[in-house]
Amino acid sequence: MIEGFTAIYIFMLAAIAGYEVISKVPVILHTPLMSGSNFIHGIVVVGAIIALISASNLTEQIIGFIGVLMAAGNAAGGYVATDRMLEMFKSSDG
Amino acid sequence: MLSTTIQIVYFIAAILFILGLKAMSSPVTARKGMIWAGVGMLIATFVTFLPDTLRLIDLEGERASLLATNISLAVIAVVIGSWIAYVSAKKVAMTDMPQMVALYNGLGGGAAACIAAIALLQGHATNTVTQVLAVLGALIGAVAFSGSIIAFAKLQGLIWKSWQFKGVQIINLVVFVVSLLLAIYLSSQVHTDGSHEISATYTLAIIAFFVVALIFGITIAMPIGGADMPVVISLFNALTGLAVGLEGFVLQNAAMMIAGTVVGSAGSLLTKLMADAMNRKVGAILFKKFGVADGEPAGEVKGSMKATDATDTAINMAYASKVIIIPGYGMAVAQAQHKVWELAELLRQRDVDVRFAIHPVAGRMPGHMNVLLAEAGVPYDLIEDLEDINAEFSTTDIALVIGANDVVNPIARTDPSSPIFGMPILSADEARNTVVVKRGKGKGFSGIENHLFYADNTRMLYGDAKDAINQVIQSLKEL
Repeated sequence: MIEGFTAIYIFMLAAIAGYEVISKVPVILHTPLMSGSNFIHGIVVVGAIIALISASNLTEQIIGFIGVLMAAGNAAGGYVATDRMLEMFKSSDG
Repeated sequence: MLSTTIQIVYFIAAILFILGLKAMSSPVTARKGMIWAGVGMLIATFVTFLPDTLRLIDLEGERASLLATNISLAVIAVVIGSWIAYVSAKKVAMTDMPQMVALYNGLGGGAAACIAAIALLQGHATNTVTQVLAVLGALIGAVAFSGSIIAFAKLQGLIWKSWQFKGVQIINLVVFVVSLLLAIYLSSQVHTDGSHEISATYTLAIIAFFVVALIFGITIAMPIGGADMPVVISLFNALTGLAVGLEGFVLQNAAMMIAGTVVGSAGSLLTKLMADAMNRKVGAILFKKFGVADGEPAGEVKGSMKATDATDTAINMAYASKVIIIPGYGMAVAQAQHKVWELAELLRQRDVDVRFAIHPVAGRMPGHMNVLLAEAGVPYDLIEDLEDINAEFSTTDIALVIGANDVVNPIARTDPSSPIFGMPILSADEARNTVVVKRGKGKGFSGIENHLFYADNTRMLYGDAKDAINQVIQSLKEL
């Protein structure tokens, strides 16, 4: 179990990591970066799968199914959008 | 044993996410970083299915069939969801990317809200902290969902009007207070005895809570328009991250906790950086009215707009020594970036010093213009940021403004009553001559008159950016 202070430590350290990672990003990468971080919270798909699998009645199954559907859309769409943006940066090769 | 393996995989995924984000801070390593993050996502998704699928072997009867159904549903949803998103993201034009990012982000927020809904319906939480986190994540996720959908609809042109009237803040406040009251009620309904029994009132409160939270997202996003949209999308992105992180705590899932929190914090910083670039406060963007004609018109505009044609523009630029091109949303809409680069190359062959000046919030997202110019093949060293190039306008012969408006409006320097007052702008008005490529005489996205267009040394080249630039190219070739 991850509880109490352990949870707070994780929260705090992850927040610091996110802050540090972004702090030195050039303006030209802001859009791909926003899209990239958008992809990363697509990890919600893991939670949505767990929630759907735990469903015990039709209502929960429907909500869970929609949840997984949306989460997978977040992850896949976020990945392709970011990749397409970054692909262009590669080709310009300035 | 299995659970240890899963924890290790989640741990690796979290590390891959952080390293991937880190690698995205440089154009050289950015794509590699994205692949790392993608690998993290794939392995995390895969192992999530493992324990329940293995449990299936030992189970029998009704419980086995329910579990089998749920797992199949999950697989189907993953396949359909990713397939639709994959195809849509592949097909969409580069110019429409900002709203797609808003859309995908909204989906993530909605998913977090669904997780919370199931946790609440199951009476899952056995202590108040977990229940509070679930409710908080639900609120934030639902707001990010409906808010992002509104942002998408606005950028897609499905909603034109910004919804602005007196008292909009009061509505916001009322909706917020109601959702908070419902949240507090739900948070107090914890099943410490482990009964998991839920009452009809409780179910009703859950439904009301989600409805109000969704409305709250809409009332937040509807009044926002103008140059503020990028900041809002970034804010919703951070909120989704936070919601995912909170639901990660509820589900005791380390990968979600870490990845969600990292995005929540990184996204918040990114939002602040973007707001700073516009010299605005995030709070002011959300809760103050923007670009609405409720007061006196800010000073009479002197002069008139003077039209020019492609031939004149071509001649002037061909014999200039220094030209600065300022692209904006109009270039994106017209997909004119390739033509613009073709024009720049022609001028460079004539030894004209051509450079591109990018305002931090040009377009609908920071870096939007950089992405488009990169697509067209413009080298990095010709693209300059606002701070680096603003001093050079006074020695520039022609500033060519292509579909940009608010980011070159001198009123931001002069008129304290203007909604964009204080926003740093590109000093196109200091160039000897300015040519503005614009579709018509209308105002910009924010609805503010642009005094630059009326200046004595400004000429308007009316037309779709792509057609207009193409005509200039033809004229240039004939010289």
